[in-house]
Amino acid sequence: MSDKVKVTIDGITVEVEPGTSILNAARQIGGDIVPPAMCYYSKLEGSGGKCRTCLVKVSKGSEKDPRPMPKLVASCRTGVMDGMEVQNITSPEVIEARKGVVEILLINHPLDCPVCDQAGECHLQDLSYEHGVADTRYEFDRRTFEKIDIGDKIQLHMTRCILCYRCVYVADQITDNRVHGILGRGDASEISTYIEKAIENDFSGNVIDVCPVGALTDKTFRFKNRVWFTKPVDAHRDCPKCKGKVTLWYKGEEVLRVTGRKDQYGEVEDFICNTCRFDTKNTSDWVIEGPRHISHTSVISSNHYEMTLLPVIKENPILIEANKIEFDRATKV
Amino acid sequence: MLSVTEHKEIEFSANLISKFEEIVTRYPEGKQKSALLPILHLVQAEYGWVSPEAMDKIAAFLQIQAIEVYEVATFYTMFFMRPQGKFVLEVCRTGPCCLVGAEKIMHHIEKTLGVKEGEVTADGNFSWRGVECLAACGMAPVLQIGPEYTFHENLTEESVDKLIENLKNKI
Amino acid sequence: MARKLLLENINVPGIHTFDVYRQHGGYRSVEKALKTMTPDAVVEEVKTSGLRGRGGAGFPTGMKWSFLAKPEGIERYLVCNADESEPGTFKDRYLMTHIPHLLIEGMIVSSFALGAKTSYIYVRGEMMPQIRILERAIAEAKNAGFLGKNILGSGYDLELYVQPGGGAYICGEETALIESLEGKRGNPRIKPPFPAISGVWACPTVVNNVETIAAVVPIINDGGEEYSKVGNGRSTGTKLISASGNLNKPGVYEIELGLPVEEFIYSEEYCGGIANGKRLKAVVAGGSSVPILPANLILKTINGQPRLMSYESLSDGGFQTGSMLGSGGFIAFDEDQCIVRNTWNFARFYHHESCGQCSPCREGTGWMEKVLHNLENGHGKMSDIDLLVDVSKKIEGNTICPLGDAAAWPVASAIRHFRDEFEWHITNSKTAMEQNYGLAKYADPLPKLEEAIQN
Repeated sequence: MSDKVKVTIDGITVEVEPGTSILNAARQIGGDIVPPAMCYYSKLEGSGGKCRTCLVKVSKGSEKDPRPMPKLVASCRTGVMDGMEVQNITSPEVIEARKGVVEILLINHPLDCPVCDQAGECHLQDLSYEHGVADTRYEFDRRTFEKIDIGDKIQLHMTRCILCYRCVYVADQITDNRVHGILGRGDASEISTYIEKAIENDFSGNVIDVCPVGALTDKTFRFKNRVWFTKPVDAHRDCPKCKGKVTLWYKGEEVLRVTGRKDQYGEVEDFICNTCRFDTKNTSDWVIEGPRHISHTSVISSNHYEMTLLPVIKENPILIEANKIEFDRATKV
Repeated sequence: MLSVTEHKEIEFSANLISKFEEIVTRYPEGKQKSALLPILHLVQAEYGWVSPEAMDKIAAFLQIQAIEVYEVATFYTMFFMRPQGKFVLEVCRTGPCCLVGAEKIMHHIEKTLGVKEGEVTADGNFSWRGVECLAACGMAPVLQIGPEYTFHENLTEESVDKLIENLKNKI
Repeated sequence: MARKLLLENINVPGIHTFDVYRQHGGYRSVEKALKTMTPDAVVEEVKTSGLRGRGGAGFPTGMKWSFLAKPEGIERYLVCNADESEPGTFKDRYLMTHIPHLLIEGMIVSSFALGAKTSYIYVRGEMMPQIRILERAIAEAKNAGFLGKNILGSGYDLELYVQPGGGAYICGEETALIESLEGKRGNPRIKPPFPAISGVWACPTVVNNVETIAAVVPIINDGGEEYSKVGNGRSTGTKLISASGNLNKPGVYEIELGLPVEEFIYSEEYCGGIANGKRLKAVVAGGSSVPILPANLILKTINGQPRLMSYESLSDGGFQTGSMLGSGGFIAFDEDQCIVRNTWNFARFYHHESCGQCSPCREGTGWMEKVLHNLENGHGKMSDIDLLVDVSKKIEGNTICPLGDAAAWPVASAIRHFRDEFEWHITNSKTAMEQNYGLAKYADPLPKLEEAIQN
């Protein structure tokens, strides 16, 4: 067994296994100092590094080599070193860079939340609420694509995609053959099958669960209801293909959709098969475990957004200034 | 997404296949995917573009998923995803070439061929496009013509006229 | 005449053939290294020479080589980066076209030093003629016993292959190049791990520019000590400069590092002055990625010292008043050139070449291009200028690979030094469509530091 390494994030020290990323070390601490992540997904190997929302400042490299890292680093793909010191929400530079990333992620996003099925459980929505600014400085037409059905259960609305690559990793790692991928280059890149093809295999539905935005949605749930009007309930069944542990989303007596069980970072505990997801929507198919715990700040439980003031910011005048917009919004609530 | 209306079965020639096989030997066992770019070049030289059917065949040859070929072919700008003119004039449009008149050359080509960038002439013989820096800035303006990628430097309107005439005589 | 280490025999008829190249002393360094030196001794010579990577970053080559991991039983690879795509740079094309055996010779010695048994030259796909030239040269060298099994009876085996790219500037970034060599999209890898630990097919790999590899030949022939005496300070040796734009004699020149910029532009030995009797307005000294400088600041540093063609002198003054040597792509702009139009052109280039993997570069490069397109076409607003600076800052330093910085610097530097011209484009949008801003104060006098940094 190797010795644990010590890392300090925003002044809070934690001991973690060697090889742990800064992001996962922060998740072990929990709370406000956890950087947001739009592309990293702990259960998908190789994911992360792309969206740049989790950038942090390494103010001390390690005990051995205390030099700070010259640039902000993607916390999801940077391993901790013993004695490393990291600044996330205590660094105005990080807050500023993150604000920039959010603005940039939004310039080509349609902002069609009122008609998007992902609204209420969209990570980009959360991210822009917490870190963005209200106005955009982008004055050009946004990138648009036609909606495409990839198979009869999944809809791809590329216009909303932020190119996190998670669905590609799912197809590579969870299913037995991948028929979709990233085509084209630069801001003309798109998720596509190139030639119209259905994505058909037992685990394809997981691309819906990993999608951080409303680019890949469940056609069987399409426009049925707003997520915040549905009640999530944990349930399981004996499934020959997967572990059969899911969340059922009820409206009254009716199961409107089935998803994997997502944790506070939006990651499923286990990937589920398409039979569980699409074909078993009667309560009698399932053993009910009880209501799914949903964070009180989530729109799903509260019907509206509210934000608690970041404790570190509250006590630091420089950070209050650097986070003026968030601060004003939070103190208003 | 490309809508394929016509599905043409294609068969690579024995000569082409033997070239593929030689290329694969350049890489370690099991790393045959490395042959993808050289093979795409050979296929484009043979057919003038890279059709979906050709890509499926390449995938089968290299024992990789077809999507892996589509992903790669659409990333690199040299591969044509649609049929082109017999001769494609690719004019450098980046800074240093523009300092010495590349834009004028492109206008001239557009006027002479009578087609817009990316379009094919009615006889199917010519198309043209602006491309990014060809690393020949000291000989600017420049253009290249595949599949041999012959190179034409220090272009003037006159030299372009002559070049197009010569190409017409080759048809 | 200045000393030539790479291009000395470039004008010898038939130098592209093995026989003529060999008659003129070619492949001596292979004989010397394989017969009289250990691989580590070759690495030491390169370290002693002070050679710095000629592809743009200027990292010491010997040090890069010494980082290569050497685990037992795992292959190591040397990959030559011949993906030359940086606007303004065409020296590698020149070298590969006219004296291909110099690169082959350098590859053999360098592969020996690193313990690589298979090496690749990754050439951008557009250079098909050069690919054929190199393949012919490799066949000749193999035929003469300089490649293949048991080279010169030394027991060292080496296979050398040429790999074509497919049209992607980003593949000049070493990890994107490695991905491309593996038959994938040219998406740069997230580092660490660095190629020296895990490169092509997860094996330890060194990626070096064509000119860097070629420079190993004179280093081994004459010794690292001799090489380090050429040049200026930490900028040792000679450098190939690709000169383009509005010059009387554009072309590739081998210069001794430390040559004054003024001499390079105006002397008959080099560029012969500005074409058509015009005056110099600006220079991009190291390929399109490096900051553009107005004529006054390229000829002299902010302290009034003559600016030299060296890593240190070109970066004197930092980004406020200096630039970088980069890949040696020297682009000269005469008084009739429009800086706004050129900045838009470069922004379009980076937008076109962004791989699209990480969001600041994917979205930010397109944003900058669109704003600059508006400015150039008479639809700009004053606030656009600061917006551009701000977007460039949002990209710079926040991306996976250096393409983000490369896209941000030309825009930020053009506004830093030519803000007047940008403003004039907005306030005189109609006039700006018909005529150029001209030379203004950009050639003379040298600005005061306060003026230079006000933007």
